Amino acid sequence: MPAMHVAVCVKQIPDPAAPGKLDPATRTLVREGKFVMDDSDSYGVEMALQLVQAAGGGAVTVISMAPGGEIKGVREALAMGADDAIVVSDEALRGSDALSTAKVLAAAVRRAGEAGGGVDLVLAATESTDGYTGTTPVQVAALLGLPSITFAKKVTTDGVTVTVERQTDEGHDDVQATLPALVTLTAGAVEPRYPAFKAIMGAKNKPCQVIGLAELGLDPGDVGFAGARQEITSVTAAAERSAGDVVEDDGQAHVRIVSYLESLKVV
Amino acid sequence: MAVERIWVVVEPAGGGAATNGLELLAGARGLAATVEAVTFGDANAAAATLGDHGAATVLTVDTGNAMAGVPVAAAIVAALSAREGGRRPTAILLPQTYEGRDIAGRLSVALDAPVLANVVGLSDGGGRLVAEHAVFGGSTMVKAAFTTDRLQLFLVRPKTFVAEGGAGAAGTVAALPIPDTGRPGATTVLARHTEERQGPKLDEAAVVVSGGRGLVDKDRYALVEELARLLHGAPGATRAIVDAGWVPYSYQVGQTGKTVKPDVYVAVGISGATQHMVGMKGAKKIIAINKDRDAPIFAICDLGIVGDATKILPKLIDALKNRS
Repeated sequence: MPAMHVAVCVKQIPDPAAPGKLDPATRTLVREGKFVMDDSDSYGVEMALQLVQAAGGGAVTVISMAPGGEIKGVREALAMGADDAIVVSDEALRGSDALSTAKVLAAAVRRAGEAGGGVDLVLAATESTDGYTGTTPVQVAALLGLPSITFAKKVTTDGVTVTVERQTDEGHDDVQATLPALVTLTAGAVEPRYPAFKAIMGAKNKPCQVIGLAELGLDPGDVGFAGARQEITSVTAAAERSAGDVVEDDGQAHVRIVSYLESLKVV
Repeated sequence: MAVERIWVVVEPAGGGAATNGLELLAGARGLAATVEAVTFGDANAAAATLGDHGAATVLTVDTGNAMAGVPVAAAIVAALSAREGGRRPTAILLPQTYEGRDIAGRLSVALDAPVLANVVGLSDGGGRLVAEHAVFGGSTMVKAAFTTDRLQLFLVRPKTFVAEGGAGAAGTVAALPIPDTGRPGATTVLARHTEERQGPKLDEAAVVVSGGRGLVDKDRYALVEELARLLHGAPGATRAIVDAGWVPYSYQVGQTGKTVKPDVYVAVGISGATQHMVGMKGAKKIIAINKDRDAPIFAICDLGIVGDATKILPKLIDALKNRS
């Protein structure tokens, strides 16, 4: 099998456990504090490493967009074993929606391919943890003119085609596309490795290009708040549910649950 | 009416139309003078149901054994440019599903049109469509609208509208030809595998029993499935146990999963991360079992049991079995 060049899209997000808030001026999500690699992307990085190893050689390039030049999350992917990274950073990117983000990522994937022989496969998560639109990867594929297979739970390739077990509501489909192609991965598709301390230190010396919009030939008017072409018209608190009875289990909690289900006529 | 014309993408299901598509047709009826459906299943079989839910026309795309995203989007784009301006839709509504997202992503690029996703409400904002979104675990509602005159694409979460029928006669069926899709269209579905699963679908079940990390190990998820079976419901899961590989993604309830609105939701060993709550807080009644008295799930449940789910569930299952 020929060597493979895999590009993995990685999103760097604020701590997902921290309570989110909206910027009162722009009414977009406040993205500050320490950035980490979105857990959803660790499956893509792991899959890329495994596919390149199975191909007997090649490279894994991490692709990320970060308006403030954050690279900490990208370093996590490099520590896992990715070879290099391209981070697109530009203040004009703040407020970008899924389509604008896809334009940036697609341009960066093209850039990654220019280095040598093109990219054979682009991997991404099905959706990010903080934005969860779930359209960006397909938009990247469309911009690059590639076929896409979404919601993969298993991926194999022979260097010419990629074959995927694609999650469906009823079970799964076996789907095939010819390379180059884009595949999105569901969580649990592979088990991401934990980098060793040595790999974490080594990641600091791996090539990580931080480039601006101009270098990719992108117009600032096509991205960010301007490119999103949408506005938030109102922000209100949702009607809250109130808590009912909360009781300690005294060994007879099941009796209580059964009688509650009876009162609801479920049983 | 907010707008003149809306198209709704309706996925096929079991030889007919998927419920989430019928929901969108019913919702679109209150927003547009004319509603048309775009489907890619057996249009003739579905025409009566689609018409009854509001589709004046049923536009159908024969995707063969390709994945739906590329051919359906290409057929829509071709149909749009073939129509006179006045007969083009202002907006296309798509369900936030596997295929819905693929189609929306391809349409978005082909038309250079942004997408508003995870919509949980649509209303007439003075002649324009205003979308509602639930953020921060459903604690905050955000309304948004497009500022462009391009075609408006909305990905709407299932259960946003009620699939009410009674709109009228069967829609007129018309085939939409697929233009050459080139390289992007080169996907082939080699085989479809259906898992034998009993009981209702997760997003349509009257009772949902979901499990989380509090079950401690993968094998105990069988208790959740057993309880769901006894209550004629569907088993669900948190993102944490899907990420851990205990169950497939299709079981996931929450922000990055399915929205469910059952009569009764039983949360077993689930603390109630915002990620999960946004997908289930629309349930009529919530029963929660969790070890930690301070877990957020107890702030929104109707009956909360502070205790070890792995001990309570076997007793509950036995008690239910002994009743029948």
